[in-house]
Amino acid sequence: MLFLLLLGIAIALTIQSHSYHKSKIITSANFFTGAVYNQVSSVNEYVDLKTKNEELALENGRLKSILFNMKDSLEPIDYSAFKGLDQIDIINSKIIKNSYSTRENFLTLNSGIKAGVLPDMGVINSLGIVGIVENTSENYATVISILNTKSQINAKIKKSNHFGTLNWNGKSTGFVQLIDVPRLASVRRGDTIVTGGQSTIFPENINIGTIDKIYTDNQTNFYTINVRLFNDMTSLGHVYVIKNKIKKEFDALEKKNKNE
Amino acid sequence: MNSNLLYNLLRFILLLAAQVLVFNNINFLGYINPYPYVLFILLYPVNSNKYGLLIASFLLGLSLDYFTDSGGVHAASCLILAMIRPSIFRFSFGISYEYQTVKINDNLTPERFSFILLAVVIHHFIMYTLELFEFQLILIILWRTLISSIFTIILSVLLIYLFKPSKR
Repeated sequence: MLFLLLLGIAIALTIQSHSYHKSKIITSANFFTGAVYNQVSSVNEYVDLKTKNEELALENGRLKSILFNMKDSLEPIDYSAFKGLDQIDIINSKIIKNSYSTRENFLTLNSGIKAGVLPDMGVINSLGIVGIVENTSENYATVISILNTKSQINAKIKKSNHFGTLNWNGKSTGFVQLIDVPRLASVRRGDTIVTGGQSTIFPENINIGTIDKIYTDNQTNFYTINVRLFNDMTSLGHVYVIKNKIKKEFDALEKKNKNE
Repeated sequence: MNSNLLYNLLRFILLLAAQVLVFNNINFLGYINPYPYVLFILLYPVNSNKYGLLIASFLLGLSLDYFTDSGGVHAASCLILAMIRPSIFRFSFGISYEYQTVKINDNLTPERFSFILLAVVIHHFIMYTLELFEFQLILIILWRTLISSIFTIILSVLLIYLFKPSKR
């Protein structure tokens, strides 16, 4: 009897974890597991301090070059004077638990509701996208990695603006797949894939990767593209959580459209 | 009896900590991890309360699920292993199990090895089935079960030898 009861609970939790888009009961975003992972990551950090520093220096250099090469020599506009123009806030955070060995990978962040992290916010780092926030607690949050077969992200080919859906086939940690790209799109090996602007989770034009291989499906008129990620998902450190201020308004509008 | 409880509690915590902090981060070939925490279920005293083992195994699996965001995968597989443990005992040790004289944490004999092998393979197979949760992936399930089981068995035997209670 006891066995059946406990087995029932365990199986229910398993099935629940496999169903898409439901807040999970069992999550590593709680005070205990969060605290353990936080301690571990503060030790592990020292191991790749050097590469992380180099990454940050590279990013700084890139941002500086944008700053120095601003096309406009006029006084920069004070955007805060216009209401609604500064849509996006960045929350600094750190990955304290990485996972890439299963087909449904989740990461844990060391900032939660207190820092303003809420479900369905995008997570990126200096090289590209990382995932989407799934569950939050006071001080921690879990993230659906892009290396999760359940993850679906709107993306596009930078050059031609053709949209597709980014997901993962569960095989290699260095590659994700872009599906549903129409046949008339001109794709070539080496083209850059960036996030599309069709959702409020990620801003437009955040780097994802480059085209590695192109497959054509004979039945449908769509390409399936293997994308080589810019990010090394096996080694993640500091990340940025994207908080979109107009998300609520946007989502409400979308919902209204669907209801009518 | 009291020291037995203490031993098991200590084993529970140490194996869970080792699993979370060390063995979950091995990621050999990108996806292969050993799971020597099942040793807790294997080493649980033979002649002790059945319900105690079931509850302890469930809690062990659930704790690991909390750490790895995996729903109830480990809880279910640990629970099933705990449930069928007497049958594996009977299969591997035959008559001596009936007399309750079996000890697992001692020198490796064919009986002990077959017990560990069976238990680990069954546990891993259930675990990967629940984790991947798709019938088309049966080949991947079998492959991962195979590789991961080999790792787990080697580590388990090493751990048993390392912490074997010294002969007096």
